[in-house]
Amino acid sequence: MFGEKVIELLKESERNRETLDQYNDEKIRQIIEEMHVLFKLNMNDANATTENKSLWTTVQVRHSALERNKRCLLAYLYNRMNKIKILRWEFGSVLPPDIRELLSDAEYDWFSKYSTNLATYMRSLGQDIGYNGIDLTENLRPPKSLNIEVLCLVDYGKLELEDGDVIMLKKNSTHFLPTSECQTLIRQGILKQIT
Amino acid sequence: MDEEQLDLSGEEEEITADVVLKTIQTSWQNERLSPEILPHRNDMVECMLGQIQHMERNINKLPKTDLRTSIHKMELSRIKYIICNYLKTRLEKIEQNCIIIINDEKQRIESGTNYLTPLEYRYAQEHLLNIEHHLKQTILNQVPGNMQVFEINKMSTVPNLQSHVFLKANETVHGIVLEDHFGDQDEEIDLEEGSQHILQYKFIADLVKNGKVQLI
Repeated sequence: MFGEKVIELLKESERNRETLDQYNDEKIRQIIEEMHVLFKLNMNDANATTENKSLWTTVQVRHSALERNKRCLLAYLYNRMNKIKILRWEFGSVLPPDIRELLSDAEYDWFSKYSTNLATYMRSLGQDIGYNGIDLTENLRPPKSLNIEVLCLVDYGKLELEDGDVIMLKKNSTHFLPTSECQTLIRQGILKQIT
Repeated sequence: MDEEQLDLSGEEEEITADVVLKTIQTSWQNERLSPEILPHRNDMVECMLGQIQHMERNINKLPKTDLRTSIHKMELSRIKYIICNYLKTRLEKIEQNCIIIINDEKQRIESGTNYLTPLEYRYAQEHLLNIEHHLKQTILNQVPGNMQVFEINKMSTVPNLQSHVFLKANETVHGIVLEDHFGDQDEEIDLEEGSQHILQYKFIADLVKNGKVQLI
């Protein structure tokens, strides 16, 4: 039946609402192929309808199948775009390799553009009054306390804090750090909050 | 937020800084709760940012062990959170309804009552271009002939202005007309100062924008 594949595609992403799954290149190719077949059939029959009025209904049905496929494909992409946006807020401008793999090349392209646009916006914030931008991704959660205790999960190296102190982040070492400065590192999986 | 201590920051600014913060808090609250984007308060945000800078400089002069340092720092990080979240909420709305917002904004710019800051406007336009480019590249350029158009009207999402909101009246407002959905029985109500109500957003949208009521 027409449009069956596209429903499979949408169901697939519906099942994983929270997470991003692999970009389904193969299925999208098949759907577009189906659209081309339908389109060709329609072109032939549309030319013939002048003689044979009974073909008109067939053409109409095929046309709505085409419309539906298009709409669903766009919805699939749009839905993924929204998920990719969240990734930018969570991971910053560099995606971890395992997540990068889930995106198609075009989507990665989109991610970079979104990221650039957001970065441009954030950099220009408050420029009139001598700020060089505000990182909106730093303060995602309401601040509960000034400092938190964190456990370092990897050998990260030196980290310079805002007040000029330099600390060494070694694997399995614990530190008592300002919350605002470790949020990004926690999201990147370098630090883990233990209080 | 009551322990807000701006005494560090100078003599006359004390009262204004407090007012600025209150205004930002209200705008933030309204922005978070209203379905559509509201006029920006960039003046207030910039003023507050300047204030923060000033306070940070003053805090750095204090010795690290001073109790005041940590109290002020905590307070500052709260204010920063509010500002960041305020701006972020606006960005989210802009992204979600970018087509309709850009269209409305074009008219508003002509009449000089723009809701977005120039930065936000540029962001919205760029965002829409990116979406269009991505959809075209992946799908639209591959599908057959006359299906390739990017139908902007079919793509736009509209904020639900009929949704209900909780609100509090800052001053007494008379004669708000609540249109009946089926068109025959309009109702007129008055809001007393300080009273709280649940109403459909679209009837009080203007009151939110001019500050006569606030969303809670």
